[in-house]
Amino acid sequence: MSDLLQVRDLHVTFKTPDRTVHAVNGVSFELKRGETLGILGESGSGKSVTLRSILRLHPEHRTRWSGSIRMEGDEVLEMGSRALADLRGRRVAMIFQEPATAFDPVFTVGQQIAETIRRHTGKSETDAFKRAKELLELVRIPSPAQRLKAYPHEMSGGMRQRAMIALALSCNPSLLLADEPTTALDATVQIQVLLLIRELQREFDLGVIFVTHDIGVAVEVSDRIGVMYAGKIVELAGVEQMVDAPQHPYSRGLLASTVHDGMRGQRLEAIPGAPPDLAEVPTGCSFAPRCKFVRPDCTTAPPSLRATGDTHLVRCVLAA
Amino acid sequence: MDTMIPVDRGGPAQPLLLATGLRKHFPVGGGILGRGRKVVRAVDDLTLSVAKGETLGVVGESGCGKSTVARLLIRLIKPDRGTMVLDGDPVDEPHGITVNELRRQVQMVFQDSYASLNPRLTIGETLAFAPKAHGLPAAEARERVRDLLSKVGLDPNNYAERYPHELSGGQRQRVNIARALALRPRLVILDEAVSALDKSVEAQVLNMLVDLKSELGLTYVFISHDLNVVQYLSDRVLVMYLGKIVELGPVEAIYGNPQHPYTRALLSARPSMDPRKRTKEAPIQGDPPNPIDPPSGCRFRTRCPFAEDVCARAEPALSDTGHQSVACHMSIAGSGHSKAVRGGAAAA
Repeated sequence: MSDLLQVRDLHVTFKTPDRTVHAVNGVSFELKRGETLGILGESGSGKSVTLRSILRLHPEHRTRWSGSIRMEGDEVLEMGSRALADLRGRRVAMIFQEPATAFDPVFTVGQQIAETIRRHTGKSETDAFKRAKELLELVRIPSPAQRLKAYPHEMSGGMRQRAMIALALSCNPSLLLADEPTTALDATVQIQVLLLIRELQREFDLGVIFVTHDIGVAVEVSDRIGVMYAGKIVELAGVEQMVDAPQHPYSRGLLASTVHDGMRGQRLEAIPGAPPDLAEVPTGCSFAPRCKFVRPDCTTAPPSLRATGDTHLVRCVLAA
Repeated sequence: MDTMIPVDRGGPAQPLLLATGLRKHFPVGGGILGRGRKVVRAVDDLTLSVAKGETLGVVGESGCGKSTVARLLIRLIKPDRGTMVLDGDPVDEPHGITVNELRRQVQMVFQDSYASLNPRLTIGETLAFAPKAHGLPAAEARERVRDLLSKVGLDPNNYAERYPHELSGGQRQRVNIARALALRPRLVILDEAVSALDKSVEAQVLNMLVDLKSELGLTYVFISHDLNVVQYLSDRVLVMYLGKIVELGPVEAIYGNPQHPYTRALLSARPSMDPRKRTKEAPIQGDPPNPIDPPSGCRFRTRCPFAEDVCARAEPALSDTGHQSVACHMSIAGSGHSKAVRGGAAAA
């Protein structure tokens, strides 16, 4: 079966006059149509950089890419500006953490959705507005006709995020990229938006890559979860495998240190130390300085991603 | 004897902090000469007590007033109304203690670890600042700094001379906690103190907070939007919605047998950690309303699946159900709600 998206050995480095940051250091994965991949990681793990690379959203003159990103067979890293413009918004759409900054404050929500539709499909203004209204209905915004005329600041956070999802889906993309879309929302609103994304994903058979730092959120939406650390995927597995039997010491530490029901009074198993500085390319496993199972060979060469089961990949020398 | 250690005065049964009828409304824009001005009812007639040695958790969504409560308790802002009593001493009243004295005994840690440190002072200078200002000689202040840094797990030889920007977020938050402890307070208010930290670092800081509490005999008010963390740390939990307490009780009762529809919704809105038991349906729809114009009667009624006429007419008082206190007409016998408990106070 052909993949919707194929990422092979992606490296992303950012250069500034005084330093170079190795944000992504060899990420590979593929995504099928209708599948949701959760990318779980802490700040600085490279999860958002990986996601944004798929649309090449980083500043061209400061960013070095290598590797390959194939969207339905087309190489994104070699696309010209016209192909990129067609990719962004029409074939691949993205939703962000902060909908307030993703919308333009001086245009109504309806104008912005209609503009996107006209730009990518060439529909007339009337048809585009009609479609925009249908989209607001689709994401269950109450009284959509009125809301088309609302400016972004006139909407609550939850409603803005729904409007952004409507905007993202306006040109029937086959891939949706979600960068912590529920992190800024209140708990009772977050779950509504997660359920909406899950439902629309099924309805439109979308491929979804969902970046989050919250394990609970990743578990709610993902079919597979990739755990990132220091610019690499250290473990990639089905959501049940990942929750039941994480294998990489970092994934295990992350799950053990996340507070949930019934842990009251127990001491938390914290991972000592802090994530590494990404200014240097590590010679061995990036997690070795914090790992309690560290061995001499962990620091000599970076471990490769090994398969420990049909669909379970682990980047650790201990993985059998 | 070190005069800087505040002593217990009223004995263990007297609340460490008692706040009665606290109110804070913020005027917002609009109106000429103050006429027709709107107000944000951030905190409305809030009464709470903090027992000695406990951790009181405060939860609620953005705009519910939980951070305003924190700022009122340490008097960073002045309440419009209400009184506070610290271990028997009224605060800011003729026969009581001054606000400065309150702030020596009550300290606070904020969410943003970077914004709450002076970038031009070394960590050592920051930590010595308050003790020196309170008259501790320089040599003793230096000793205090070393002691504080080791308490929060940072090597004094390595960290005292550094500046905030040279530290990671987790290390900076340890420094903020150390600074809060510098005057040997009795009560520490932690306002989203671990919310900006990564999970692996959050666990380290939570463990440290538990250790410091038992080592120094501290009392915490722990404010967070993260229900799991609040459950982990707290002895009692206070749930707020639009400036009001909706439920208050021991952590076991609030999490095990929540009574208020909002508390139930909040708890079941937590993402599942089990992929086989994913959330099927959102417990409530819509966003929290704007605190500028809260609904009449019960402020939750616009999102409550059980709302009836009485909920719009009358504001439910916080009533004791035997295990916890709940502000809901369904928990008040004879309130006029069709689902109101009958007879005694015990709820189902």
